[in-house]
Amino acid sequence: MSISTMNNKKETWQRYSWLGRGVVIIAIYIWALTGLQFSGVQESAREVSFSILHGLTHPDFSYVYNGSGEDLVSLIIQTLAIAFLGTFVSALLSVPFAFWAARTDKNSRWHVRSTTGKLVLVFIRTFPEIVLAIMFIKAVGPGSFAGVLAVSIHSIGMLGKLFSEAIENMDRGADEALEAAGGNRADIWLLATFPTILPEFINYTLYRFEIAVRSASILGMVGAGGIGTPLLFAIQTRTWDRVGIILLGIIIMVTVIDWVSGTLRKRLV
Amino acid sequence: MNNKIPKRTFVQKYHLIGWGWTILFVILLGLSSAMTGVDWGTFFTNLNQFFVLVEQMASPAWDYIDIIWQPLLETIQMALIGTTIGTVLAVPFAIIAARNIVKNKVVRSVIRLLLNLVRTLPDLLLAALFVAIVGIGPTAGVWTLAVFSFGMVSKLFYEAIETIDEGPLEALRAAGANKMQIIIFAVLPQILNNFVSYFLYTFEINVRASTILGYLGAGGIGVYLQRSLSSFQYAQTGVIVIVIFAVVIIIDGFSNWLREKLV
Repeated sequence: MSISTMNNKKETWQRYSWLGRGVVIIAIYIWALTGLQFSGVQESAREVSFSILHGLTHPDFSYVYNGSGEDLVSLIIQTLAIAFLGTFVSALLSVPFAFWAARTDKNSRWHVRSTTGKLVLVFIRTFPEIVLAIMFIKAVGPGSFAGVLAVSIHSIGMLGKLFSEAIENMDRGADEALEAAGGNRADIWLLATFPTILPEFINYTLYRFEIAVRSASILGMVGAGGIGTPLLFAIQTRTWDRVGIILLGIIIMVTVIDWVSGTLRKRLV
Repeated sequence: MNNKIPKRTFVQKYHLIGWGWTILFVILLGLSSAMTGVDWGTFFTNLNQFFVLVEQMASPAWDYIDIIWQPLLETIQMALIGTTIGTVLAVPFAIIAARNIVKNKVVRSVIRLLLNLVRTLPDLLLAALFVAIVGIGPTAGVWTLAVFSFGMVSKLFYEAIETIDEGPLEALRAAGANKMQIIIFAVLPQILNNFVSYFLYTFEINVRASTILGYLGAGGIGVYLQRSLSSFQYAQTGVIVIVIFAVVIIIDGFSNWLREKLV
């Protein structure tokens, strides 16, 4: 009898706990909605939206290729080159970071080497790519080389994390076999560890390449090369047919790259 | 005697496929280096310029926090509202795109194509467009994040819906429920947990993204990031970067804790 009343009591408490949660959630939303100063939509918003739609349906096809090196096709290729080279350099640089951050001792949650490594990677990941691009522009001047450098450094944050997780979850059988057969550390690394994790590393690098293509297409907005520069210029000068053709170019580029990379990754696994 | 050793073909013996990939890769690397004007010479001679900036950022002007905490909160509010609008809008589209709810292949393909197109657009590009449409300010940021999370969440949702248990759907159908009733009483209860978990995940990503949207005028802390960079006040940039780092870690930790509690 007493047990059942206790249970009932707990249930009444539980029955009303959603109310508390609901109040907290509503309070958060009220805070968010009242805190934002909605600037109000510009009067021209309707007009601008229609001109963008008109530009998208009537793109400026003369911009696609005109042989000047400043046309859509050349800049799309340049964007892809930034992403490709940046991802490649970043994949090489990520390997030492990954071994730094990988936690091989499963028993303890805190480990001086691995926890510091993970923190460094989080910091690299949150450091805005645009700020990095501006810093490299100061060093090597505006242009796509600064974009390559920004992609190379920024991608370490994510690739290092994915690589270190691959190392943590890898199959250690081959390592142990080589150790038992009398291999030294270099042998173990070169003949067992490296071949075991290579497919996963390539898989993650291809995935990161897909993301790098997207970010390379906006890095130009701060002057780091690629298709972003003419796009921002076209938006600011309101040449919507130009914006339309560049958007179409980016959409096609990203779709094709996602498809190619997806097919390659399926073949790897 | 049948135990013949299998013979390797010519292609296998000389690893022609591997060599082919390697050569293609090296050619691509060379072409992209030429395309982007890579110049490691100037990079290493000018590297000290880069570290001068790092040094200035590493000595942050802490009193700048008084100015930026307000836009920082604005950034989180933008992310919250943007994520909410995006995820709520994503639900009906995800239901129409799910294979086990809508049997009509044409409708499904059209919706999926639309969702794929939305997903190809990078966040800053959307920000530039929305600043042009609604003007400078956090409103543009909210719309950017709404569209950005819509693209991301709708895909996660329809994949989640396709893995639900068909039993409750059949039971309701047998009891004579219509499409709407099936969705409300059989589909939505099954994906509610996924819904909350994906919402939190998207919120994390949007907090990161929202910190730079202001760079193009879409409100939040990014406005101050742009201001400090264009006036060469790198000590202020340093403070902003460190504060963003702290906020991202706190939000990630909070959202991970909530998600673990849910599962």
